[in-house]
Amino acid sequence: MSPVSTNPVELARQFALTRRDFIRSAAGVALGSSLLSSPIAYAAGAMKKRKVVVVTFGGGARDQETFAPEGQENIPHMMSEMIPQASFFTQVVNRGILGHYVATASLATGTYETFNNFAAVPPNNPTVFEYFRKDLKRPPNDAWVVAPSNGFNRIGESNNRSYGPGTGARVILPKHLLTAATSGKGDFSHLLRDNYETPLYTPELGGNEFELQQLGNLLKLSVDDFKSHALTLSSPDELSLYITRRLMREVAPSLLWITMHDIDIAHAGAFSLYVEGIRRTDRLCSELWKAIQAEPEYAGNTTMLILPDFGRDADDDAGGNGFQHHRTGDALSRTTWMLAMGAGVREGVIYDRPMDSTDLVPTIGSMLGFQATQSQGKSIPELL
Amino acid sequence: MQPAELKSEQFSNYPPEARKLAERYTGTLSQLPPSFVPSLLREVIEYDYKFPVERKAIEKELETLTALSPSDRAEWFAGFAQITLSHQLVNYDWVNSPGQFVEQLSAHLWATHQLDAFRAAATSYASRLAAANPPEPPPIPRLGISVIGQGVTTYNNPLFRKLRPYGAHFTQVKPEGAMQTMLAVVAERAKATPISYGHWYVDGGAEAKYDPALTGVSYRALEPARTELTAKMRAEIEKPGMGPEALRTLMARMKPEDIGLGTTANGNADPVMARFQLKILTEASGTQIFATTFAQWTAREALRRAQPVTLLVRFAPRQKQKPMNEMIAATAPELDPLGSLVDADFGSYYNYLNQQRLPGADRSSFVVWFEGHNQAVAIGPKWQRGTQSNEPTEFKTLLA
Repeated sequence: MSPVSTNPVELARQFALTRRDFIRSAAGVALGSSLLSSPIAYAAGAMKKRKVVVVTFGGGARDQETFAPEGQENIPHMMSEMIPQASFFTQVVNRGILGHYVATASLATGTYETFNNFAAVPPNNPTVFEYFRKDLKRPPNDAWVVAPSNGFNRIGESNNRSYGPGTGARVILPKHLLTAATSGKGDFSHLLRDNYETPLYTPELGGNEFELQQLGNLLKLSVDDFKSHALTLSSPDELSLYITRRLMREVAPSLLWITMHDIDIAHAGAFSLYVEGIRRTDRLCSELWKAIQAEPEYAGNTTMLILPDFGRDADDDAGGNGFQHHRTGDALSRTTWMLAMGAGVREGVIYDRPMDSTDLVPTIGSMLGFQATQSQGKSIPELL
Repeated sequence: MQPAELKSEQFSNYPPEARKLAERYTGTLSQLPPSFVPSLLREVIEYDYKFPVERKAIEKELETLTALSPSDRAEWFAGFAQITLSHQLVNYDWVNSPGQFVEQLSAHLWATHQLDAFRAAATSYASRLAAANPPEPPPIPRLGISVIGQGVTTYNNPLFRKLRPYGAHFTQVKPEGAMQTMLAVVAERAKATPISYGHWYVDGGAEAKYDPALTGVSYRALEPARTELTAKMRAEIEKPGMGPEALRTLMARMKPEDIGLGTTANGNADPVMARFQLKILTEASGTQIFATTFAQWTAREALRRAQPVTLLVRFAPRQKQKPMNEMIAATAPELDPLGSLVDADFGSYYNYLNQQRLPGADRSSFVVWFEGHNQAVAIGPKWQRGTQSNEPTEFKTLLA
């Protein structure tokens, strides 16, 4: 077995170096350090009303099944289509709790939230949606969250005194919608998988979730059309993408957040299903980017940010069981990446300096024009 | 309560052997930090149901801690002493429920950003303990065997990609009688070097006929227990207010007899194995629903806990993926042999890694075989790394 550093910081650094090298060689992109003062390929373009789409490559994916040489076969769309058009950050460190709901909420607030991962509670700190809407006086329909399961339904807005109810994003839970539309009838079970870590847990809904009757009003989609299209899809995340596209077409929010979660099947311990989830998520990210470019409201003025909520345990850590979980808190489970593309983003550049996952919200603030005053992170200068 | 307030009578609810052990070392336990003692008691309280290797390790650990001078003890536990606990944790009944305490401690460490500090303290402690009690080499070199791909007739993608760099890849192994050969070899080892729980056969499906000298666990044999467990899970989740933590706590409190394990009627009167099987089903994810996960996790736990010198693991097809609530329903499942082959291929890599974490790794051997086919990888001192043989090869050659 090859020797591995026992120092987590050193390990993360070596890991990022390795990642930078193999991505550079595979995708033919440049190093960001040489471009910091260069106008090369700066794709700002003529600005219409700026929009931001955030995708959490959710469920936790490791490098060795994604960007490492042996994993690149699982992300052909990202490697060949997206990275050459993107700025890629190799070291995004999550220093918070490695549970999906609390980590996604932390991404959305820019602060490491500490609430119970399995409780249906809102974050304590203002979300990016609240900063955006309140500070810029944007209407409710200008910020949306599409999330895979009930557990994510509270990330749209916090219980913070200065923001809170009424100032956040509207949340749509496609699976919840499908359940309501079908009344539990029909063969939709493959689209209704929920929460692989604790598969039997579906917290009661509360908060600002999308109502079924608005399917027709807002998305201009009949229940019958929704059901028949759902039958052609293969997973909850595909359903999320379908709803996202309808949202983009009919509502065109300026701030759109999509949480993917198919990959979390890894908790069941089946490697083939975990990799299948990665491949699907890779494809869906590519389809989303194509959809963005095809929508007049989004084409040319949209920045898309893709990042996992965190990784998964290393094979070498005896305290875990490799890909199955994210429980050890080791360097590899905390160190992930971010891919940024579109408006205002340099193309084909890799940045290997460490950054925090909490830097996301202030960065979006800089892009859209608000201050994330209570966030622990700071804006990423390479994206400004 | 602080550890300093510990008294031997507080262990009265412990199983008999665990009680004796805890009483004998109450003085030692009382001098250790509160962030550490419950983790140790979580092992002590299970003493009666531990494998011999585990018992010996706990005894040695307690002896070592007792022999520490005050200054050494302060040095060993400096990291743990820095961990701050909540009032609620300090007042928790960690003597009688150390397992539940550790679960809550884990949540507390995450929430208070002390996980890294705790991890560093634990790593440092483990290193010191290992240095004080160097692991003993096994009496014979370990042999691990993984059999993967049951039910797959053709597969054109490369196999063993993770394991090939460690050993020799054979492409012309003769599959005839290979399973019988393996069972005979592991039985011979068990008879030649009898060690309590030292030679295992784990099957992810229906077990083949095997020698009683082996310790056997199979997914099929545990079907009644799995059915009973999933029925209990379904019943519990339908209760109002039942959340994941409550369910986990409930499962952690289960006894083997609650799901029909450990009774004579079940054919398994061994309390150590009954408890082991219970933990496989109640403390792990996926072992209740996926045969491949069951085989991998059982192997992991057997290696980690019993440290066998022989471990034969035969993977079998798991059911196809469906929503979780359907997968725990008691209906005849549709199988996914190809997906299971991929799972098992990776699982065999984990079997190898887990074997190599044990003492004597430099002398250990490991063989993985695509069941019914010609491909295998052999790893060990005898086999050159990263090589390939296309010569016709008898299976027993790989085990020699």
